[in-house]
Amino acid sequence: MCLAVPGRIESISSDDPLWRTGRVNFGGIIKEVHLAYVPEANVGDYVIVHVGFAISTLDEQEAERVFEYLRQMDELKELESGTT
Amino acid sequence: MRFISEYRDAQAAQRYARLIQRIATRPWTLMEVCGGQTHAIVKFGIDEFLPEALTLVHGPGCPVCVTSVELIDKAIEIASRPDVIFCSFGDMLRVPGTKKDLLSAKANGGDVRIVYSPLDALRIAQENPSKEVVFFAVGFETTAPANAMAVYQAYQQNIRNFSMLVSHVLVPPAMEALLSSPHNRVQGFLAAGHVCTVMGYTEYEPIAKKYRVPIVVTGFEPLDILQGVYMCVRQLEEGRAEVENQYTRSVRREGNRVAQQLIREVFRVIPRKWRGMGEIPESGLGLQPRFAEYDAERRFGVAAHTVEESSECISGLILQGIKKPHECPAFGTRCTPEHPLGATMVSSEGACAAYYRYRRMPATARVIKGS
Repeated sequence: MCLAVPGRIESISSDDPLWRTGRVNFGGIIKEVHLAYVPEANVGDYVIVHVGFAISTLDEQEAERVFEYLRQMDELKELESGTT
Repeated sequence: MRFISEYRDAQAAQRYARLIQRIATRPWTLMEVCGGQTHAIVKFGIDEFLPEALTLVHGPGCPVCVTSVELIDKAIEIASRPDVIFCSFGDMLRVPGTKKDLLSAKANGGDVRIVYSPLDALRIAQENPSKEVVFFAVGFETTAPANAMAVYQAYQQNIRNFSMLVSHVLVPPAMEALLSSPHNRVQGFLAAGHVCTVMGYTEYEPIAKKYRVPIVVTGFEPLDILQGVYMCVRQLEEGRAEVENQYTRSVRREGNRVAQQLIREVFRVIPRKWRGMGEIPESGLGLQPRFAEYDAERRFGVAAHTVEESSECISGLILQGIKKPHECPAFGTRCTPEHPLGATMVSSEGACAAYYRYRRMPATARVIKGS
């Protein structure tokens, strides 16, 4: 139910805050999506879409953190093993 | 697909699993709140990657599963009227009410339609001015912005033949109900990433403090869930009980303020009865008095009535993480997705349906794939 899918905004069709919509590309499938809740989103941004509404703009830097975290942990492990 | 495939990387998943193995020194029980997370855990076999002493129990975060039998009966009553087009997400159609489900109301001539978005129902209302169009608004906080917008647009455009049967539920009061139960065995939570995308996570901070329980806002892909588990176990091992955010690419502490504003304008907090869990105070959303004319219960005068739930179905215990689906004697025999006794067997996010779909084949067929 809370399934929400990331997609890339291809175009934005209306600038009226309440009716802001755009075309969003989900790996090749293009759908019309309501963008009223992501006023900061621009063409090219990735948004998370739930039942036809974008509910957030994905932060590209933050998206890397899950991998950075692993890298940091590996470095720690190497440091630990270097001291023993 | 970008922002999906990379979070299913098998090597990275194994590295996270090893990290968890390294830090977990005691048995811990964690609950993933959202049914979408349950589905991913069972589908990708994430629980089989974890140390044996670590138990993941499945939470109540499946709106289809927790919608009360009374509301299903009301939906069937409204959908059976000749002047009504009843619109719903597909998952709701096979959820059993007292005597039947929405699918049989459709078979008996009711105009029941599956829609993808509440705005589809609004469009159907505009195209069918001589009909009453009712949308079955089930959902957690994630779905509230969409449903609020549908009501708001109906109001703005003066679309009078549209109304909503509202069955909205809220996560934090349900977590508190679980934590204050004497049967509680949950020591840490993976909170629902999309609920927090909308609402933020400040509401969880007093809960973490009051019940001394770590809460990690977590995403839905295998790596998200494994990192969420790692962060939660680390807090438990270090004796911390804080709210942390794993799903930073989508969730900000304050949430989506624009969406919250429209939710508050259209909805108000009310008590709500949860299927299998009973009534929980301040755990639901109903329409604000200003939008009362869009309330389908009021428009169709469906009577309030109390009904018994199937005595054989243990979905209440499953939704509270007390039992697992395969511990139910009816699982896979008298209760299947084709003939469900309870809603947890119907919804794709229900724990029973996930176990039925993914836990009846050998474990080797379920390893995380690289794409």
